[in-house]
Amino acid sequence: MDKLISTLMLALTAAGLAGAPALAQTAAAPAVSMDVQNIFNTMLFLIGGFLVMWMAAGFAMLEAGMVRSKNVSMQCLKNIALYSTAGIMFWVIGYNLMYMNVGGGFFGTPTPVSFPEAGKGVVDKAANYAAASDWFFQMVFCATTASIVSGTVAERIKIWPFLIFVVVLTGVLYPITGSWKWGKGWLEVRGFADFAGSTLVHSVGGWAALTGAIIIGARKGRYQSNGGVVPFPGSSIPLATLGTFILWLGWFGFNGGSQLALGTVANAADVARIFVNTNIAAASGVIVVLVLTQIIYKKVDVTIALNGALAGLVSITAEPLTPSLWVAAFVGGIGGVIVVFGVPMLDKLKIDDVVGAIPVHLVAGIWGTFIVPLSNKGASYGVQLLGIVSIGAFTIVTTAVLWYALKFTIGVRPTEEEEMAGMDHTEVGIEAYPEFGSGAPRVI
Amino acid sequence: MKLITTIIKPFKLDAVREALTAAGVQGMTVTEVKGYGRQQGHTEIYRGAEYKVNFLPKVKIEIAVPSQQADTVIESIKNSAQTGQIGDGKIFVSSVEQAIRIRTGEAGDDAL
Repeated sequence: MDKLISTLMLALTAAGLAGAPALAQTAAAPAVSMDVQNIFNTMLFLIGGFLVMWMAAGFAMLEAGMVRSKNVSMQCLKNIALYSTAGIMFWVIGYNLMYMNVGGGFFGTPTPVSFPEAGKGVVDKAANYAAASDWFFQMVFCATTASIVSGTVAERIKIWPFLIFVVVLTGVLYPITGSWKWGKGWLEVRGFADFAGSTLVHSVGGWAALTGAIIIGARKGRYQSNGGVVPFPGSSIPLATLGTFILWLGWFGFNGGSQLALGTVANAADVARIFVNTNIAAASGVIVVLVLTQIIYKKVDVTIALNGALAGLVSITAEPLTPSLWVAAFVGGIGGVIVVFGVPMLDKLKIDDVVGAIPVHLVAGIWGTFIVPLSNKGASYGVQLLGIVSIGAFTIVTTAVLWYALKFTIGVRPTEEEEMAGMDHTEVGIEAYPEFGSGAPRVI
Repeated sequence: MKLITTIIKPFKLDAVREALTAAGVQGMTVTEVKGYGRQQGHTEIYRGAEYKVNFLPKVKIEIAVPSQQADTVIESIKNSAQTGQIGDGKIFVSSVEQAIRIRTGEAGDDAL
């Protein structure tokens, strides 16, 4: 939001110049008109927005590839359902709860959003973009938060309890913590920095995933009483890889779009810079994983390499604009370190995270948020920690209460027999791969 | 009549099939199976956790032959399926009580 105001100031100054004859070779070349800036800003939101929407496909494919065949239909169903649920909840209460009249406080006004009638082309005077484009861009971020939870608790959760959780997460919890920063709430006032959501999206999703994994419990058979860990390898490495690349692509919209303005040469350069830093962080995360897993396991683990890319992306998300290329590589590289050690550590703690979302989103999200002051001198480590801890505490408590409430009312987990048969059989009734399935007649 | 069942390494299937055809065998049934003998399995690591892969992919071939042909067929299989490394497989011979060609109703050696 601060970027918008400074951009507006620049634009207003430039607009004054644009009226004069275009003769002088001044350092400040005439900028485009306010209308054109509006159009570019709106375009950035729309394009960035649909790129982030595409991340929903990325999550779906990554998760489908990391779960066993008997749970693939369920994972696909969860992903399309949660994306849709987020879209509705963010319309019905989420957006205004996050953005309307927060005024340095703790939440906005929970009412449905509405937009100017078609063809009116009303410009939001304070911000210079189409109102609906901002809603669209913010909505897909809300959906991303819910996607994070879906991967961790896979293979042992029922569909309706999960969706009820998503309703509350996307309609209430995400908007409240989001209001503290992007909605101009109390954290924004104190100078907390989170450019595109390392904390607001990724850690929030990660905390919700962590409390879920602990309260729901591990998949049956994963952890033996003697301390052994039993792997349940995923059903499709190609799908998991495709999903990761889709997420990587979508992230250019996630981080690039968060510049929130494209109507000036300076903003365009910033968006370009963000794309570059984003890519470098992801690549660095992958390389670090390749090297570390080769050293530790004598073989490179492709699934952890995929996690490394995502952890690099999450880490740079809190501040993708100011870092130099070296700092971006460093920040992303540490993301790689986080997943290499985080994944087996969770197993040691008997916390069953099917896709590694907790190291990737929660831990890397905390790291990315914390390290912002390294490249952004306007931020401070103390305030970053304040944001991390306050949002963490709020999310842990609220999501834990929600998981427990679901667990002790309608129940969250299938029975052991249902879990063994697989969620596709139990909850969906449709096998993901019927020609190779266990019960269905062979299709010629 | 004898039923010869052999477990071989999957990549040897083509070689064994050609050798059997050369030996006069006119039909066979092939199944993809998993198994281990003294070869045992091996250990893999998935996301930091070790797991034993106990079973290895193999191919099972079943052939029914007249009793007098059995030794030739066994020799053919042994020579074509061998690599000299452990895990080459095994050959089992059992007796067949009856065999019938479905199309014509022929029985006994005429059905093979």
